[in-house]
Amino acid sequence: MANNDSTQRTLLVAVVLCIVCALVVASAAVMLKPAQVANKALDRKANILAAAGLLVPGESIETQFEQVTTKIVDLRTGKFTDDIPVKGFEQSKVAKDTDTSIALGDDDLAKIKRREDYAMVYLIGKEGHFDKVILPVRGYGLWSTLYGFLALENDFNTVAGLGFYEHGETPGLGGEVDNPKWKALWPGKEIYDDGEVAIQLVKGNVDASTPGAVNKVDALSGATLTSRGVSNLLRFWMGELGYEKFLSNLRSGEA
Amino acid sequence: MSMMREALTKPILQNNPIALQILGICSALAVTSSLKVTLVMCISVTLVTACSSFCVSLIRNQIPGSIRIIVQMVIIASLVIVVDQLLKAYAFAISKQLSVFVGLIITNCIVMGRAEGFAMKNPPVASFVDGIGNGLGYSVVLFSIAVVRELFGSGKLFGYEILPVVTDGGWYVPNGLLLLPPSAFFLIGVFIWVLRSVKKEQVEKAEFKITKNSRSVKEAF
Repeated sequence: MANNDSTQRTLLVAVVLCIVCALVVASAAVMLKPAQVANKALDRKANILAAAGLLVPGESIETQFEQVTTKIVDLRTGKFTDDIPVKGFEQSKVAKDTDTSIALGDDDLAKIKRREDYAMVYLIGKEGHFDKVILPVRGYGLWSTLYGFLALENDFNTVAGLGFYEHGETPGLGGEVDNPKWKALWPGKEIYDDGEVAIQLVKGNVDASTPGAVNKVDALSGATLTSRGVSNLLRFWMGELGYEKFLSNLRSGEA
Repeated sequence: MSMMREALTKPILQNNPIALQILGICSALAVTSSLKVTLVMCISVTLVTACSSFCVSLIRNQIPGSIRIIVQMVIIASLVIVVDQLLKAYAFAISKQLSVFVGLIITNCIVMGRAEGFAMKNPPVASFVDGIGNGLGYSVVLFSIAVVRELFGSGKLFGYEILPVVTDGGWYVPNGLLLLPPSAFFLIGVFIWVLRSVKKEQVEKAEFKITKNSRSVKEAF
C-alpha cells in the first residue's frame, strides 16, 4: 500500500488502466458498428417512406424500400447526374465542401448558410413515369435546424406528405411539427400557383372557403417562429435555388 | 448479508441520492418528459454505477491516491461509452431521444460519488450492490417525476393515451410547462418536501439563520 504513490507506480497504473479501457471501448465500438450503421440507414429509409405516406408499420422497412429509386440531382441544372455515385453520398458533407456548394448570402431564406450543388432524391415508380418524388429539405426554425422530407405527387406540385426526422423545437409547441394530425393537413396542398412558390403557413383554420386554400396550411398554434421557419424552408427549397428547375424538368420529362 | 441488503435498499428512500444527497439533478431534469426514455436512462445509470463501483473497488488497493479521481473517471467514461454504443446498436430510437444525455452519465454525480464515497473503501460485491441500490434510488425519483410529466404534459403513459388531449380531439388540455425541463425542478422540490415531511430525520440543520429584524418596519422607513 505504501508504495502505491511512487511515481513509477502511478505511471504504471495509469498506463495499464488506459490500455485496458481503450481495448474495451474500441472493441465495443468496432463490434457494434455494423448494427449502428444499419440502424441509421433504416431510420432514414423509414422517414423517407413515412414522408411519402407509404410506411406500413410492422412490415420490413427494407422490403418496403425496394420500390424506391435513389438518384442524385444536380441542383444547378435540375437534371439527374451520374457524376457522383449514389453509394456513400452524404448530403451534409457535400453541403459543407466549398467546391460542391454555394454560399447563400442574402438569398438564405431557410437560414442554412450554404446550399449543396447535389441532392439525393428518392423516386417511386418507373423511370420516366414517376408516381412520387421525395426531396430532402431543411431550414432553421426557432431553436434548431429542422431536417425533413417533402413528398410530391406525380404532377410535381401537389404535396403527398411532409415529415421532419430531426429537430430541436419546443416540445408541445414547435415540436408539434411531428403531430400526425398536423402532418395530415399537408397531403393535397399545392406548392406553386402560376409558377410562383405559393405554399405558406397561415394563422387560423384553412378550409375550402379560404381564398387560395390549396396553397395554405394552418400554422402551429403557439409556434409562430417554427411555423415561419417551415414556410421559409419550403419557399427556399421549392424556389429557384432549390428544386424548382428539377421539378419543372420532371414535369416536361427532361430530368 | 444484512449489510448487503442495507446497501441495496437504503439508498431508495432513506438515503436517496437525489432527494437527500441532491446529486444527479441535471439528468433528472432532462430525460423525464417521457417514461420510455426515463426507463432506459435509469437502467443505464444503474448499470454504470454498479459496474463502475465494482471495477473501482476491484483495483482500489492498487490506485495511487494522487490520480484516484482520474482513474475513476476513466473507468466510468469507458463504461458509459460502451452503454452508449450498445444503445445505438440495439435501441436506436431511444438512443436518438436520449442523445447527449447518455454521454452525460459520465458527469452524473451519483456515479462518481459512489465510486469515491463507497467503492474505494469496500469490497467489490458490496460496491456492486451499493451501485445498484443507488441506481434504484435515482430511478425511483426519476420515475415518479416522469409519470407526472408524461401524464399531465402529454396525456400519456409509456406512449399509451390515458387522457385524450385536445389536439387529438379529446378533452384534456395538456400542461405544456411539464414538458419543459424547469417543471422537473418543481416536482423534485415537491418530492423532497414530501419525503422530508414523512422522514423528519432527513431535514438538514440550517447552516445559518437570518437574524430577526432589530427594528420594526415602521422605524425603518
